[in-house]
Amino acid sequence: MERVPVLKIGDILLVSILIDMEDQVALQLQEDLADRIVETGCHGVIIDISALDIVDSFVGRTLATIASVSRVLDAETVVVGMRPAVAITLVELGLSLPGIRTALNVELGMELLARERVDDFIDDLIGDDDQDDADEAVVAAS
Amino acid sequence: MALSTDEVGRFAGLLEADGEALTAAWTDAVSALLRGRLSHAELRRQITDLQNAFQSALSGGATDLEADAAGELRALLSELSNTRARQGFTATETAVSVFALKDAVLTVLDQGATVDAATLRDYVAFSAFVDRAGLFTFDTYVRAREELISGQAEQLLELSTPVVKLWEGVVAVPLVGTLDSARAQVVMERLLQTLVDTGSPYAIIDITGVPAVDTQVAQHILKTVVAARLMGADCIISGIRPQIAQTIVALGIEFGDIATKASLADALRHVLRQTDVRAARRGAGRRES
Amino acid sequence: MTAGGDIAGMERLAIRSDQDVVRVRQLVRTLAVSVKLSLVDQTKLVTAASELARNTLVYGGGGTVEAGRVDNGRRIGIRIVFADQGPGIPDLDLALTDGYTTGNGLGLGLSGARRLVDEFDISTEVGQGTTISVTKWCR
Repeated sequence: MERVPVLKIGDILLVSILIDMEDQVALQLQEDLADRIVETGCHGVIIDISALDIVDSFVGRTLATIASVSRVLDAETVVVGMRPAVAITLVELGLSLPGIRTALNVELGMELLARERVDDFIDDLIGDDDQDDADEAVVAAS
Repeated sequence: MALSTDEVGRFAGLLEADGEALTAAWTDAVSALLRGRLSHAELRRQITDLQNAFQSALSGGATDLEADAAGELRALLSELSNTRARQGFTATETAVSVFALKDAVLTVLDQGATVDAATLRDYVAFSAFVDRAGLFTFDTYVRAREELISGQAEQLLELSTPVVKLWEGVVAVPLVGTLDSARAQVVMERLLQTLVDTGSPYAIIDITGVPAVDTQVAQHILKTVVAARLMGADCIISGIRPQIAQTIVALGIEFGDIATKASLADALRHVLRQTDVRAARRGAGRRES
Repeated sequence: MTAGGDIAGMERLAIRSDQDVVRVRQLVRTLAVSVKLSLVDQTKLVTAASELARNTLVYGGGGTVEAGRVDNGRRIGIRIVFADQGPGIPDLDLALTDGYTTGNGLGLGLSGARRLVDEFDISTEVGQGTTISVTKWCR
């Protein structure tokens, strides 16, 4: 049975989902990912779906599960590389991917994760203030 | 109405026997109709090919145009039709070029044997065959023109929906003119593809050039924005004129949390501010880790 | 049942495992490409097929799929028929309501699949099984 490889890049784990991934492979991936997050202490997971020409409910559930499990393990997930035709189809279905953040590609996904880390840091510092204030503080400090 | 095998045989014979005379008469007839827009030599060549095709169809035993033996004739008629369509001739001009064979046959008959009831019956049957051939060119012609027009329409669509890169990470789609379903689809797909190709997290959809926004148009724009968000990009709608704003509210269209700005400049300013914040956070992030 | 068109050379597959669901996707993908469906239409059809195949497996207890080209004289398209001898759908109207889904969230449901295709026909009987036929035409 083939396994989806999990790559470590700094504080982030990168996974590229294969086209026509079978159920068993998907389940194995969820396990492998959880293991690696704990083992490496990574705080970010990027799932690259640019090889997928369709996203059906099974794929959607897999992504949601990965995101949930990762969050419990203190890692945030970003899904990248969604194809336009896939996005259009999901919109037609009236389907959103609740609780899943997306970015256009791996680079932007990594930027998003880095920003999230800073936001968390700022929140801890400033507390529950206006997001705008936080933004101003960050811009001023840079 | 199909020809009888005898009639087919007789006419095959006629075409063969008086071939030269027929070609000459036919060419002259068509030449007069087309009024010199095609050279005589070119025309003669076309007519000769056509006549030969008629002859082989008839001597092959074709009782009507759909017969197997008339395959080559049909192909030639199609080709003639397509060529004429591209050259800008009307459908009628193409069809009458074929109908003129009847006149040519009449001319040759006049010069030859006596015209009796049998010949007349033959002629009527043959006429029907030629009529069918002429109408065939008409059908092919219409189809060829339609393909030409739809090809041009597609090109027009491409030209009128540009997606421009405004800044690092920002693309803009200035929509101009009425937005129908087909066009909205094309615009949507091109915008989304451009986001992927350029890796731009921001898109500004400017509707200054859209005269009216109805529920359908609004829905198309909304779908585009939702799709872009699913992919990880954000859209801002700009160029909303006062009347359009009122229409939107009156129609009860909810743009939800999609940012809307009056001008393209405002939209760009808004995006750049976001980009600043992102860059700052990126910098802070780097210092942090 | 459905509006006209004869299916040419139907291909038949059994749906008994999730590998079969993958095979259904591959079959539909090939067919969609062969009639030159646009990329978006292709995506929609394969997505719908994947969902319905999975439904057949999970809710229908396994079944069959038949897919092939159709021609109604004016357009060509793809028709796919899913059939199972499962429990059937007790409340069809409810199942076809927008947003209705059994199982854990994110299920597309029948109404979702219906939105992705041009023609959607379903016949079901409790205790007998379900048959769903979908068609997508080339524009």
